[in-house]
Amino acid sequence: MTATTELKNIISEENVVYKKTSVLLDNEMHYCPGCTHGVIHKAIAEVIDEMGIQEKTVGVSPVGCSVLAYNYLDIDWQQAAHGRAPALATATSRLMPDKYVFTYQGDGDLASIGCAEIMHACNRGESIVVFFVNNAIYGMTGGQMAPTTLEGQVTATSPYGRDCHTTGFPMKMSEMVAMLPGTRFVTRESAETPGAVRKLKKAIRKGFENTREDKGISFIEIVGTCSSGWKMSPVQSNVWMKENMFPYYPLGTLKDE
Amino acid sequence: MAKFKGAIVVDTEKCKGCGLCVVACPTKVIELARDVNGKGYHYAHMANADACIGCSSCGLVCPDTVITVYRVKAS
Repeated sequence: MTATTELKNIISEENVVYKKTSVLLDNEMHYCPGCTHGVIHKAIAEVIDEMGIQEKTVGVSPVGCSVLAYNYLDIDWQQAAHGRAPALATATSRLMPDKYVFTYQGDGDLASIGCAEIMHACNRGESIVVFFVNNAIYGMTGGQMAPTTLEGQVTATSPYGRDCHTTGFPMKMSEMVAMLPGTRFVTRESAETPGAVRKLKKAIRKGFENTREDKGISFIEIVGTCSSGWKMSPVQSNVWMKENMFPYYPLGTLKDE
Repeated sequence: MAKFKGAIVVDTEKCKGCGLCVVACPTKVIELARDVNGKGYHYAHMANADACIGCSSCGLVCPDTVITVYRVKAS
C-alpha cells in the first residue's frame, strides 16, 4: 500500500478522534495568530458540549479583544459595559437561576476598570463562573501597561519597563479574591500545552458544576500570551510566559471548598 | 512501532501559521509550509505523515481549531 492510499484510509469519518465542536461557530476568529483567547474559547465550547448545556448557558462578554466572543460560541450572550460583566452576570443568574452564567474578562477589563465589580460579586458569592484572561497587557488598544504588567516589562506606555515605585505592583487578582469568603473555587491555569488545556477543561467543568449548588463564585484565571502586544512570535511568547509570568503568577488551585 | 497510526487535516485557508501545533507535536509531524494561504500565512501541514500517532495534541493547542485528527489501530 502506498503512503497516499494509507492516508486516505485513515482519513474517514469513523476514525475522527478530534474535531471542532459544534458549539464553536464556523466564523473565522479575528484574534492574532497564536492568541490564547482562541484556545480558551475552544476549551469552554468543548466543556459546554460535553456537559450538554448549550441551551442553558449565558455568557457575558467584556470590552477588550474578546468583546466579539459572541461571534464564536453558539450560546446566549450579553455584552457588558467596560468592567461591568460581573454585575450583569449577577442579574442574569438571579433572574434565571436555571442558567449556567459565566463572564469572560481580560486583565484590563477585570483588574483595572472592573476591579470594584469583581470584588463585590466575589464577596456576595454569586452563582457564576468568572474566566479571567491575564496576559499582562492591554491587547486591543495597542499593548499598553495593565495592572497585571510585570515589573520591568516594556509596553507602549512603559517604554523603559514598568517602574513599580510610580505605577504600583502587578496585581494578583486570584490571591485577592481567594481571601474573600464568597469565593468557592479559585484556580490559576494556563493553555500553552495539551496537558494544560486538559487541566483547564477540568477546571471549567468544575466551575460550571459549582454554579448548580449556590455556594459561591468560581474564579478561573488563565495566564495567557499576547504575541502582538509583547512583540514576539507565538512560540517565543509561550517561552517568555513560562519564564516570566509563571514565577509571579504561580499555577494551581488556590481555593476549593 | 507505534500502536496507532494517525493523520491530521488542516483547514489551510483558516490556519494563521502561529506554529503552536509544530511545538506541541510529540513526534515532529507538523511543519509550516513554504507556500502561503490566501491571507499570506505559512499554514501548517503534515510533513512527516508516517510518524503521526493521532494523539490530538495539535488539535488541542490550535487557537483557531483548524485541525481535525484521525486515528486507527496500526495493523
